[in-house]
Amino acid sequence: MLDKTIAAIIISAIAFVTVYAITPALITTLEKRKLVVKDYNRVGGAMVARPGGPSILAGILASEITLYGFYSSVAVLAIIITTFLAFLVGLADDRKVLGGWFKPLALAGSAIPIILLGVYEPHLAFPLFGHVRIPELYLALIIFMIPITGNTINSIDVLNGVASGFMTIASFALTISLFIVHHYDIAIASLPLGFVSLAFYKYHKFPSKIFPGDSGALTLGAMYGTIAIVGHVEIIAAIALLPAVINSFLFLSSVKRIIEHRQLKSNPVEHTEDFKLRAAADKDAPVTLVRLIVANRPMTEKEVGFTIFKLALFSAALAIITAFMMNVRV
Amino acid sequence: MKAPIYVYVLIMWIMIIAGGGLLFSIIAPMEIHGFGRYDEFLDSGMKAVIAILLVVLWIFIMSKIKNWIFHKQIKN
Repeated sequence: MLDKTIAAIIISAIAFVTVYAITPALITTLEKRKLVVKDYNRVGGAMVARPGGPSILAGILASEITLYGFYSSVAVLAIIITTFLAFLVGLADDRKVLGGWFKPLALAGSAIPIILLGVYEPHLAFPLFGHVRIPELYLALIIFMIPITGNTINSIDVLNGVASGFMTIASFALTISLFIVHHYDIAIASLPLGFVSLAFYKYHKFPSKIFPGDSGALTLGAMYGTIAIVGHVEIIAAIALLPAVINSFLFLSSVKRIIEHRQLKSNPVEHTEDFKLRAAADKDAPVTLVRLIVANRPMTEKEVGFTIFKLALFSAALAIITAFMMNVRV
Repeated sequence: MKAPIYVYVLIMWIMIIAGGGLLFSIIAPMEIHGFGRYDEFLDSGMKAVIAILLVVLWIFIMSKIKNWIFHKQIKN
C-alpha cells in the first residue's frame, strides 16, 4: 500500500508541476505566433492565447508514463493512447475548422485502443441493484462514451475557467468514487486528471490568459471517459458530469441537430451595458445552462462560473453518494 | 433561478438509478428460448433494442420535465 501511496503522490506532483510550469511558456509561444482569439465576454475584447491542449497533454503524458513505469498496467496504456488520440482530434479542429460530425466520429475512433487492449469488463454496474452483463452492447457503449464525454466537456468550455474548474471538481469526485468502490489502481491513474485541470485552472480562470481549445477540452473529456470505462464506474462518471450533460441536452434539444457553437446564428446570452451576461432577447436563441443561470438577473462572468462550480459540487456529492450505494443491495 | 437547476439535476440522478433498477430487475432476467443456436443472439438483440428504447423514453421524459421546470425561463 505504501508504494501505491508514493506513486500517487509522485504522479500527482508531476501532473500539477508540468502544467503549472509549461503553460506560461506556451502562452508566450502562442502569442508570438499570433495564435490568439478574442474573449468576447471581456471589456475591450482582450486577445487570449489558444489552444492550451499541449500543456494539458504534457502533464497527462508525463504523469501517466511515470505511472506506467511503476506498474506496466495495460489500463494506464489505454488511458495514454486514447487521451493522445483525442488530443490529436482536438488539435486538428483547433488548426482547421472541421464539420460538426468530424469530432464525434474521430473521437469514436480514438476509443478503439480500449477495445483492442481489452481493458474493459462488459457489464454495467448500477447502484443498489448490481451488475448487468451486456457483452455486445458494451462495445457500442465504449465507442459512444469517448465522443460523449469529450464533446460534453468541450460544450461547457464557454466562459473563463469553467471547463478546467468543472473538470477539477468532476475528476476528483471520480477519484474518490473509485477509492470507495475499491478500484485503487485506476483511482491512482485518475489523479493526474484532477491535478492537470487544477494547474491549468490557474491560467484559465477569469481573466483567462489561455483557453484550452478543442485540443484541451477533448483531451480532458476523453481521459475522463476512458477512466470511467477501465474503472467500471460509467454510471458514477455520468452523474458527476450532470451539469455539463444538462448543458449539452438543453443545447441539442433547442437546436435539434449537432452543430458547433460558432455555427449558431444567435447567441444564448448577450451583454448588458456594464458587461454583465443576461439571457438573449432572441426567442430562437439556443437554451443553454448559462442562459438559464442568468435568466432572472444579469450576472458577471465570474458569478456565472461560480454558480456552475456549485452545481458541479452538487453533482460530485451525488456521484460520491452513488459510489457508496454501489456496495448496497436491495 | 438556481433552485430549479438543482431540482433538475436531482431528478436526472433519480431517473438514472431508477433506469438501472428497471434494467436489472426486469430486462436483464428476460430470456428467449426455442430458436436453437440463435437463442443467445436474439436474446442480446432484444435486450439491446429495449435498452435503446428506454434511452429514447428517458430523453423524452427529461425533455418534458425540462419544459415543465424551465417553462418560465425558456419562454422569457
